[in-house]
Amino acid sequence: MDHVEQVRLLERFSNKSTSGTLHLTATHLIFVESNNTATTILHHHIASVEKLSLTTSGCPLVIQCRNFRVVHFVVQRERDCHDIYSSLLRLLRPVSYDELYAFSYNPKQNEQQREEGWQLIDLGAEFERMGVPCDRWQLTDVNRDYKICETYPRDLYVPITASKPIIVGSSKFRSKGRFPVLTYFYQEKKAAVCRCSQPLSGFSARCLEDESMLQAISKANHNSRFVYVMDTRPKLNAMANRAAGKGYENEDNYSNIRFQFVGIENIHVMRTSLQKLLEVVGSRFLSVNDYLLGLESCGWLRHVKAVVDAAIFLTKAVTVEGASVLVHCSDGWDRTAQVCSLGALLMDPYYRTIKGFMVLIEKDWISFGHKFADRCDQLDGDPKEVSPVFTQFLECVWQLTEQFPQAFEFSEWLLLQIHEHVHSCQYGNFLANNQRRREELQLGDRTHSLWAFLLREQQNYLNPAYCPTYADTHPVLEPSTLPCHFKFWRNMYHQFDRSMHPRQSVLKNVLTLKESNCQLEDTIKDLETVSTCIKSNFICHIQMVSRYPVLTTSACLAFPTDPVLTTSRTVEGSSGTERKESYSDLQGTYGAKAEPAVVSLEFGVARMTC
Amino acid sequence: MEFAELIKTPRVDGVVLRRPFLPTVEGTLCLTGHHLILSSRQDNTEELWLLHANIDAIEKRFVGSLGTIIVKCKDLRVIQLDIPGMEECLNIASSIEVLSTLDSVSLMYPFFYRPMFQVIEDGWKSFLPEDAFKDLESMTEEWRLSDVNKDYSVCSSYPPLVAVPKDVDDDTLRKAAAFRHGGRFPVLSYYHKKNGMVMMRSGQPLTGTNGRRCKEDEKLINATLRAGKRGYIIDTRTVSVAQQAKARGGGFESEANYPQWRRIHKAIERSSILQESLIKLVEACNDQSHSMDRWLSKLEASNWQTHVKEILTTACLAAQCIDREGASVLVHGTEGTDSTLQVTSLAQIILDPACRTIQGFQALVEREWLQAGHPFQQRCSQSAYSNSKPRCEAPVFLLFLDCVWQILRQFPCSFQFSQHFLVLLFEHTYASQFGTFMGNSASERSKLNLSQKTVSLWSWVNRPQEVERLSNPLYEANCLVIWPSVAPQSLLLWEGVFLRWKRSSRCLDEAYDEMVHIIQYNNKELQNKVNNLRRQLAQLETEEEEED
Repeated sequence: MDHVEQVRLLERFSNKSTSGTLHLTATHLIFVESNNTATTILHHHIASVEKLSLTTSGCPLVIQCRNFRVVHFVVQRERDCHDIYSSLLRLLRPVSYDELYAFSYNPKQNEQQREEGWQLIDLGAEFERMGVPCDRWQLTDVNRDYKICETYPRDLYVPITASKPIIVGSSKFRSKGRFPVLTYFYQEKKAAVCRCSQPLSGFSARCLEDESMLQAISKANHNSRFVYVMDTRPKLNAMANRAAGKGYENEDNYSNIRFQFVGIENIHVMRTSLQKLLEVVGSRFLSVNDYLLGLESCGWLRHVKAVVDAAIFLTKAVTVEGASVLVHCSDGWDRTAQVCSLGALLMDPYYRTIKGFMVLIEKDWISFGHKFADRCDQLDGDPKEVSPVFTQFLECVWQLTEQFPQAFEFSEWLLLQIHEHVHSCQYGNFLANNQRRREELQLGDRTHSLWAFLLREQQNYLNPAYCPTYADTHPVLEPSTLPCHFKFWRNMYHQFDRSMHPRQSVLKNVLTLKESNCQLEDTIKDLETVSTCIKSNFICHIQMVSRYPVLTTSACLAFPTDPVLTTSRTVEGSSGTERKESYSDLQGTYGAKAEPAVVSLEFGVARMTC
Repeated sequence: MEFAELIKTPRVDGVVLRRPFLPTVEGTLCLTGHHLILSSRQDNTEELWLLHANIDAIEKRFVGSLGTIIVKCKDLRVIQLDIPGMEECLNIASSIEVLSTLDSVSLMYPFFYRPMFQVIEDGWKSFLPEDAFKDLESMTEEWRLSDVNKDYSVCSSYPPLVAVPKDVDDDTLRKAAAFRHGGRFPVLSYYHKKNGMVMMRSGQPLTGTNGRRCKEDEKLINATLRAGKRGYIIDTRTVSVAQQAKARGGGFESEANYPQWRRIHKAIERSSILQESLIKLVEACNDQSHSMDRWLSKLEASNWQTHVKEILTTACLAAQCIDREGASVLVHGTEGTDSTLQVTSLAQIILDPACRTIQGFQALVEREWLQAGHPFQQRCSQSAYSNSKPRCEAPVFLLFLDCVWQILRQFPCSFQFSQHFLVLLFEHTYASQFGTFMGNSASERSKLNLSQKTVSLWSWVNRPQEVERLSNPLYEANCLVIWPSVAPQSLLLWEGVFLRWKRSSRCLDEAYDEMVHIIQYNNKELQNKVNNLRRQLAQLETEEEEED
């Protein structure tokens, strides 16, 4: 079965529906409306499919996607509905990486372009940019063969004074062997941001090598007598871990540390929190009070603020006190990645550029082994491992872009696009859980890089208000942590619910204008050249035309249509057909057009897992 | 001079002014009859000029002989003045208290203010009802301008001239007025050119418990219906509130007596509840605690966003009836001076592109708020900080502005003005050097002789430089009806007013300026340059041809 006709697509927040044909391909689900507009859903984006009980008008099928799209189809015949349902169930549960879209995706590029795409981001160069290696930090080859820690990258940076036995000893005392390594170097104060996992301290165990390791980190920084150890977990959780032989650093055993809990909740809390948030905002006829109470009770914004708060703490310790900081959580690949990357974003303007932001994600998330495969449910895995940790990081970045509209080279469109592709499995970047596995899969040879694709169309992701000189006056961002400055990210969680969005986009318009400015500038240049030529009077008119064929077409002398006039600005939703939903019980009271009673279920029970 | 008696200490040196996100300023504090002035007497620092009328409440604190006065303004700003000397501080505080709460209208600043700018166009004459009616006459002949209220005897809160159906005579109007709350008989609010449908507004009908009826009133509103067509009555109150109003002599139009009309009840709150909501919202915004839960629950408890949604929804409903259902609409609540005006004016923003221009918006405010008798003086005499017991204060107009801002956010290219204009109007309704928002009705304004004795805000606004400042650089006339989303996720807290003093707004302003720059660079500089060059070239070419 490859297509079903006369399927209706119900709009999520109104009683509107459109009918069309549903196509099922190997990689996509495509709904083509009668007017030929198509809704395309990648199978990898589908988080769950639900078949609801039969109604008078057909069989409802609800599809929830990881990019927060929720679609509700009504299929006329139950058999067809069941066919689609079972095909989808089969298709959206890949069990091996080879089944993922990235391995079949072919954007019509030659081999050379593909390879170049993978070379765009070079973490060695990035550490060089930070000023590492230097007289205090060096590149170590202990993990060249992933022997010490299989979830870390091959290249790691440690204090010069940390000898191999210290590293090996320390790694044995750390959960999953994730010993303290450098992730960001604040050159101005020679202060380091290091990351690791929790120590296997239990109630009393200690490890001299680990203590020496922290000592070495501390000694590598002459500004401060101590190093901060930030445990990003709530104290209670960290204490509970001691019973399992894990735990946190005892200040008595480590000289020169200052220990600090930050209190970011774990992946399970975050998963439930976002689920609740989506439930709240997915309900139809939501009142303002239920919305705000829901925002409060789901806790999502509280968690987002906790992550930002932690990043601010880190930033202050490094930039103001000039102290080095060691960040960890349990395994050091979720909260630690969030806090380190967000902190670096606050400290270093480079990460606020498009390229820099990619480098940041490549470094703190991809190379240091954030488990994208598990967290994003790429393969049929343990639903308890799924968690929106990376989404939450993107949201933290968005909150910052709202507070500092001039500081970022990119707009939220870049964040949305990255989020889209973290889940699409269309590019190789985010596949699997760590570098070692990625090498085994030969992703560099068999798939394409997302960064190359994004950089190619980076025009689309520019923030028109970006001011490059802002970085000179504000190298370090100091965001407000007042709760009123944290907002619900509608463009993420409702990105497919167009009825909720502004009908005209300032961003789009200003970008268009900016582009037309460039065109006009070119036109001016052309015209000026022509005019100098004419003035200098050494060629006659006909010669000029033949000599500057390009000019006469682009800078046509006879007042061509200006780019400004041709750029169309669209007003969505004011045509009258768009926002058909009634603002009240109007239809019920008078001139009622009976709506078929298909909409029997509450929407928005979005599940991150099936 | 009477003010001199109230000012015990006219000036103090060494006063320190502290404001959030701005550098502290040390200087001399001066009190005049209408202003609190702080000047550092250095060239490049700005002076603080604060109208006493803008002060909502003050607090005093003492540490040793250093006194501190915290001044809370009606525009929601909070500033702190450190004043050396206990006596000076007490004197200043008591003077501010008296001067900021003067009851006498004749002592208000607009009567003393002399414009430092050249009045190009007298704002008092910019929006006369006669002129507005001329526009209407060009579209339809079914309406006439009645001067039945010329001496304000029929309705004290209506202007002397109102538009009514042509076939209804003044006598009928008088009788209908007796049947409507405050004498506010149904009058024309808006004529929808596209389909000839109209929106009217009035006070509630005085049916009382006995179900009194008034043939003239029925005749008056039926006269606006086309043959065989029905209309909608939008009552801004819930059914139960409207029912309760009967006991106090009010009520609503019964189906039996108004068979051609369908009544829809909405739930816009009364003014006292709105004031409470504002106070709670501002308190939530000023909360310094860093707890997200506390902020969200306080925001929720304030109910402000609920009011915004309810008002917007009702306005959309009215617009929907007119534009989509092709029906005429009568809007009223109880008095017809608050929620009614919110609905009728917002519906016009949605329906009528003219209201989205700078001039058109002024005309709308003039027509639907000032002429229509919204009691600005009563509603805006106190803001969110005042300790004194509220009497008739309510942020009715501020809620209207908030709703306009919401629509502006959703259609950022369809308004000729930016949010600066809305913020400016908010400020001037609470404290102003202009006479525009003084008084509670056209009759009060005419008694005060404001148009002779004070300057109109519109005179200030309609100067080219001010128009430029208030303009929206993205504006492109959009002749369509604009339907906003009223989903809670689409409604935002108006940071420009409520969080305005809560953070360094500088970077937001700079980002905005950058955007303005991009657009103006495009529109003006580049376009002009291109056109000039082309002209030069064309000229050169012709010269060349002549030479040939």
